[in-house]
Amino acid sequence: MRSILLPAVAAALLLTACTQDGRPQTASSSSPSEPAVKKGTRVPADPYPSTYHAYPGVPTLLTNVTIYDGEGGRIDGGSVLFADGKVVELGQSIAAPAGATVIDGKGKWVTPGVIDIHSHLGDYPSPAVAALSDGNESTGPVRPEVWAEHSVWPQDAGFTRALANGGITTLQILPGSANLFGGRSVTLKNVAARTMQGMKFPGAPYGLKMACGENPKRVYGRRNQMPSTRMGNIAVDRQTWANAQNYDRSWTAWEEKVDKGTAKPADEPKRDIAMETLRGVLHGDILVHNHCYRADEMANVIDMSKEFGYKVSTFHHAVESYKIADLLRQNGICSAMWADWWGFKLESYDAINENIALVHNAGACAIVHSDDPNGIQRLNQEAAKAQASGRRMGIDIPDEIVWTWLAINPARAMGIADRTGSLKAGKMADVVLWNGNPLSVYTRPEKVWIDGALMYDALDPGRRPVVDFELGQPGEGDTK
Amino acid sequence: MIGLLATRFAMGALALARAAAPAVAQTVAITNGRVVIGDGSPPIEGGTVVIRNGRVVSAGAGAPPAGMPVIDATGKWVTPGLVAGFSRIGLAEVDGEEASNDGGATGSPFSAAIDVVPAINPRAYAIQVNRAAGVTRAIVAPSPAVGLFAGQGAVIDLGADMDAVTRPRAFQFVEMGEAGADGAGGSRAAAHVLFRNALFEAKEYARNPSGYGGRDRDALLMRLDAAALAPVVSGQVPLLVHVERASDILQVIDLKREFPALKLVLVGASEGWTVADRIAAARVPVIASALNDLPASFEALAATQSNIGRMAAAGVTAAIGMIDDNDARQARQQPQYAGNLVALQKVPGATGLDWNHAFAAITSGPAEAIGLGGEIGSLRPGRHGDVVIWSGDPLELSSAPEIVVIDGVRQPMDTRQTKLRDRYRSLDETERPRAYQR
Repeated sequence: MRSILLPAVAAALLLTACTQDGRPQTASSSSPSEPAVKKGTRVPADPYPSTYHAYPGVPTLLTNVTIYDGEGGRIDGGSVLFADGKVVELGQSIAAPAGATVIDGKGKWVTPGVIDIHSHLGDYPSPAVAALSDGNESTGPVRPEVWAEHSVWPQDAGFTRALANGGITTLQILPGSANLFGGRSVTLKNVAARTMQGMKFPGAPYGLKMACGENPKRVYGRRNQMPSTRMGNIAVDRQTWANAQNYDRSWTAWEEKVDKGTAKPADEPKRDIAMETLRGVLHGDILVHNHCYRADEMANVIDMSKEFGYKVSTFHHAVESYKIADLLRQNGICSAMWADWWGFKLESYDAINENIALVHNAGACAIVHSDDPNGIQRLNQEAAKAQASGRRMGIDIPDEIVWTWLAINPARAMGIADRTGSLKAGKMADVVLWNGNPLSVYTRPEKVWIDGALMYDALDPGRRPVVDFELGQPGEGDTK
Repeated sequence: MIGLLATRFAMGALALARAAAPAVAQTVAITNGRVVIGDGSPPIEGGTVVIRNGRVVSAGAGAPPAGMPVIDATGKWVTPGLVAGFSRIGLAEVDGEEASNDGGATGSPFSAAIDVVPAINPRAYAIQVNRAAGVTRAIVAPSPAVGLFAGQGAVIDLGADMDAVTRPRAFQFVEMGEAGADGAGGSRAAAHVLFRNALFEAKEYARNPSGYGGRDRDALLMRLDAAALAPVVSGQVPLLVHVERASDILQVIDLKREFPALKLVLVGASEGWTVADRIAAARVPVIASALNDLPASFEALAATQSNIGRMAAAGVTAAIGMIDDNDARQARQQPQYAGNLVALQKVPGATGLDWNHAFAAITSGPAEAIGLGGEIGSLRPGRHGDVVIWSGDPLELSSAPEIVVIDGVRQPMDTRQTKLRDRYRSLDETERPRAYQR
């Protein structure tokens, strides 16, 4: 409806005057004396705003640590200082400011917090029961109107495991892949909260989840609906984008009128929540995260994105990216990948352990993702396996470069690289102190700070979040 | 590979007893490596492993006998091959493609009688991939079909030949938790009465096989199902029972009061640590998921990665398996899982395993759990000659097998995956398409 453009009372009157299609009955007979819509007026872009705030921290200096800065830099035996929620300085040796907590990290490593670009925590939470199965609005193949954030259950214990075992500080929650257009994603800080808004990463752009391949055609083909084939997938996609272009044109024309001061409220185009998301993509405000396994299908999607004037941020799952790493590099598209998942369905049959290393080696953007409440607890280990597989075929990628797969690369692909994703001065102090080399199986997070606040400490049971669901249950507050 | 003779089982089923005569050389000595026996003992530096006629003769300090072919493993780790603790390797090519997946048969009229052996495909993609990753044997279980009993599982080797079965009908597998309740009509109570009834009928069959009427005399069990359960009731064949919840574990242990000969093995047991003393007292071994730590279901609320460590500390024989965890393909992740249990030792409040016992949990552990510790899972004398030579610490993420030997026979290390890798190492198509690159 159009109420957001008007004072509440007028909106209420208009609502009652609406016909079933939502258009005001007076649309064609607006009075010339009707006041124009205020210049610059827009549909609100952020109706469910973040209420997250950084928790209190103390200025902290970590010394004698090996640092992977998340952008490919490395300091051995170095120091990291953060204060007021922000990274202050990295260096070989930093003098402790007055009042700072100094932690001697001899034998330990420091990295930026791990970012998982592909999670369903909160949407498919634990326990995995039907009552909490909220990740796929599989009632139609085109559902860009749904927002993953409206399914997020903040009491999913998975968030706490990802923090304590995986050092995850930021994660993108995506709708599932039953649909061609799955809906909007949401980016969260991995901080326990009573509401989704309390976790929401302030100012992070939205993503749009899309899916290629087997899932959409299987889900709808079984119901004898379109799409039932890969060509059906693309056909529905293209028609939807064509509709989105139309929608965009009508709204752009309206906004031009608004800005000229000639727009009359009654002439406002009808809002379509699904199309608003797609319009956001066409304008580059919403980033496309496209579930796509096969190389040939990714190539089709790249051409489709050019046909309709949008950009794919990242192909997710992307088990065949190694076959078209050149194409992905040329088009500036990231691949979010597993280290060694393979064979669970036919489109994953050609997955190889060297995928990530080959993509990286070709100069394309590589990201390690989980798509899994267990895998998210060990993304550092997934990166290590991918590194080792590369090394065995002669692609030697240094540890500090490997860490970009978990840090700056996903941050860039999610549009938050100016705020997190590396240990650069001024960025969010999302920091993990590991009790050893984080590319070793024998290493765990010892401390995790988010915006400079100590949110997990392996040495302090009081710094271990326990979700409501676990209270009073066997194992409450256990090390997990 | 060399099959164990399977003659002692009831049912008069074809014993598949194969003459132990693989064609390739089965005698080899592996020298100068860091040798891990796999039984929980510490590694032996500069050790020698001697395999003669496909079996381990010795492993430890000392020089090899003269005249044997020798593999020099200087700077390498030498271990027994990994045992997939609970898997469905060889039963599926692509899980999601039903026609290629023989893991379970929900449309079958049979249950306990189902035998995975005819479904094992030694050429399954998962066999070559896991073999190249150091998995040499697998405990292979069927998925539940109708009712509680999934059927008879096998132990296989992952060798590159057509004789995969080491021990057919090595165990019976049954679901007794949420899945069991579902299969029994909707409740755990119904599952238990169905279970007890089945065992009574199996006893009846054992007393007089020709007199057993099966369903034509109001019995619930088909004749072949009863026949398959008879050696379970008598304790000749182990019964692997999947349960997760603490109360379910105790109920299963309690079954031994009524059926004292049952040779129980718990599978899953996510909440086992909360009743570890009672599992230990009952001397029931466990094959558990290593890293489940989410309240993923209402039967796993107390799940923690410390489960295996805490059970082991209480005296339970606890091994690692791939329960409902990519069981047809990813047993190759077991070393990573074991390594994570080692890592837990450094986390205050958690309980892990030391390296030696963590490694045993993916080798001798599962073998012992199903009563085959004398045959596979370690480099102690007399075991199958399954040896892996690793580039480094086998539990570390950077390590990989360099040589895999099964029954003394060196195995190929290339797979469809390595061929894809090599094809796409370069993307240059100036001369010809990649399709010509092999």
